[in-house]
Amino acid sequence: MKNKTRLLSGPYLFWAISFIIIPLAMIFSYGLTDRSGAYTLANIASIASAEHSKALWLSLKLSLIATVICLLLGYPLAYILAHMKSRMGMIIFIFILPMWMNFLLRTLAWQTLLEKTGVINTMLTFIGLPTISVINTSKAIVLGMVYNFLPFMVLPLYNSLTKIDDNVINAAYDLGANGFQTFIKIILPLTVPGIISGITMVFVPALTTFVISKLLGGSKILLIGNVIEEQFTQASNWHLGSGLSIVLMAFILVNMLLSAIFDRDGEANVL
Amino acid sequence: MSKKLIELNNISKSYGSNMVLDELNLYIRENEFLTLLGPSGCGKTTTLRIIGGFETPDDGNVLFDGKDITSLPPNKRQLNTVFQKYALFTHMNIEDNIAFGLKIKGKTDKYIKDKIEYALRLVNLEGFAKRMPDSLSGGQQQRVAIARAIVNEPKVLLLDEPLGALDLKLRQDMQYELIRLKEELGITFVYVTHDQEEALTMSDTIVVMNQGYIQQIGSPEDIYNEPENAFVADFIGDSNIIDGIMLQDELVMFLGAKFACVDTGFGTNKPVDVVIRPEDVILTPPERGIINGVVTHLIFKGVHYEMEVKAGGFEWLVHSTTMFPVGAEVGIQVDPFNIQIMNKPASEDEEAVSLEE
Repeated sequence: MKNKTRLLSGPYLFWAISFIIIPLAMIFSYGLTDRSGAYTLANIASIASAEHSKALWLSLKLSLIATVICLLLGYPLAYILAHMKSRMGMIIFIFILPMWMNFLLRTLAWQTLLEKTGVINTMLTFIGLPTISVINTSKAIVLGMVYNFLPFMVLPLYNSLTKIDDNVINAAYDLGANGFQTFIKIILPLTVPGIISGITMVFVPALTTFVISKLLGGSKILLIGNVIEEQFTQASNWHLGSGLSIVLMAFILVNMLLSAIFDRDGEANVL
Repeated sequence: MSKKLIELNNISKSYGSNMVLDELNLYIRENEFLTLLGPSGCGKTTTLRIIGGFETPDDGNVLFDGKDITSLPPNKRQLNTVFQKYALFTHMNIEDNIAFGLKIKGKTDKYIKDKIEYALRLVNLEGFAKRMPDSLSGGQQQRVAIARAIVNEPKVLLLDEPLGALDLKLRQDMQYELIRLKEELGITFVYVTHDQEEALTMSDTIVVMNQGYIQQIGSPEDIYNEPENAFVADFIGDSNIIDGIMLQDELVMFLGAKFACVDTGFGTNKPVDVVIRPEDVILTPPERGIINGVVTHLIFKGVHYEMEVKAGGFEWLVHSTTMFPVGAEVGIQVDPFNIQIMNKPASEDEEAVSLEE
């Protein structure tokens, strides 16, 4: 029986070794060597160069801004969803519907909307308003991040909000707290695991994205993801690309570690 | 008699098309231990939530100490609630849970500290101040919930099936604890339960409810010994409820035999419900019984034997310390004062008849 059960994990083990373990090992072996094959830390150290540290700093800044916006938009939304009594399934369905569409498609749609002669500007011109130039700016990148990753913020928040027993909130009112005090002292602390999961699930993909910045930021704004991509695709310097990837991985691991400490209930597991 | 502290006047409440309470009238006296008792869906919890302020009645008003509080939010009411399944704040330790209400009210640190100490001693949880709720047993968590409520010195403590999640032994212990607390605090308790034994043990007054109507209000003795209708008789303890005809004052006929009783004023030849408690059925040798039957089941219950006796076409439930084996021929006698006569409801609907005070 036990051996049979073990056999069932075979396909996954094969998958994990081929596409996770081996590539990871390759990244480390490339990242820690130079073109001649000699061991070096230069690839990793190159993060300190002006160009790379600027890209990393910008990535951190933009993904942090996107995460904060997602949290500020997502919390009220999750709260409303969690307290909706009827037709709940339908509304959640509508909300997660865009998630089923391809990520690239959604980002390309924003490109079309925001272009200088795009849908939004055409409409603004039509009703006699000045046009906006958002495309190819940091703002457009943040917009793309928020749009794409907002559901990843809302679902863990929704999950942790629905876990709070109504009577716990009633108890706070019963003991004299008003709505604001109940929110600050009871609801907010009880949803911390959801907040942490949401932050991780938005921050990590936002930090590593290169598609959103490429499509909505033009080629002018380089995030760390774009720098790494360039090393692999254009510069053909896999060693440097891997070295920078290791640095980025370290940032992600720190983030995951923090979320693991706070999210003991596993809110992130819903996705 | 102490004064009326809470009055519910003509309270109606429905959810959609489901009428939960229909023109309910009830008053609760100061220092009373009042229990709302009934099966699930009878409206007892809704009544409690209306008193607590968590529901607003569609109609009618709630008076507290003579003042209308119908639309006052819960945080402005001078009462506190102990919720079903405790509803503790799991992110705070016991001390902070208990201090919650006091901190909101801006009491001094010294006052809060003294109060926590007092409350923990009152519920026998000294030394638990720094523990987290998750690390406590169900019974301990329930004590914390009680402590958290009473430190605010409410005039009324509302308890919503507080012992429902506990096991039998713990539940019995907590019943005595609650009686003790009530006596020490000298405040009004309004208690909701579906457990008739709990209600009988602790209450000064029991309000039996069914389908949104009050069936009977009375002391535990009244409710048990003098149920006003078949629902109350059936819900409170076991009983034999038999169709009968009141031949005349103090004489009732059922199962083809005439029994002397003590009830009067039902008229002559009137169909009635006859209620006899199992412990009031006297088994005799066949020749001395008013009607005769055969024992069909026998279970030893510790204090007494529980027997089923088929007599006159009816399965009698009998509790007796004298054992008759299965198959034995027995006679049945009932003392006149142990026969409870009740008017038959005119229709099915009227089983939930509303009582005018």
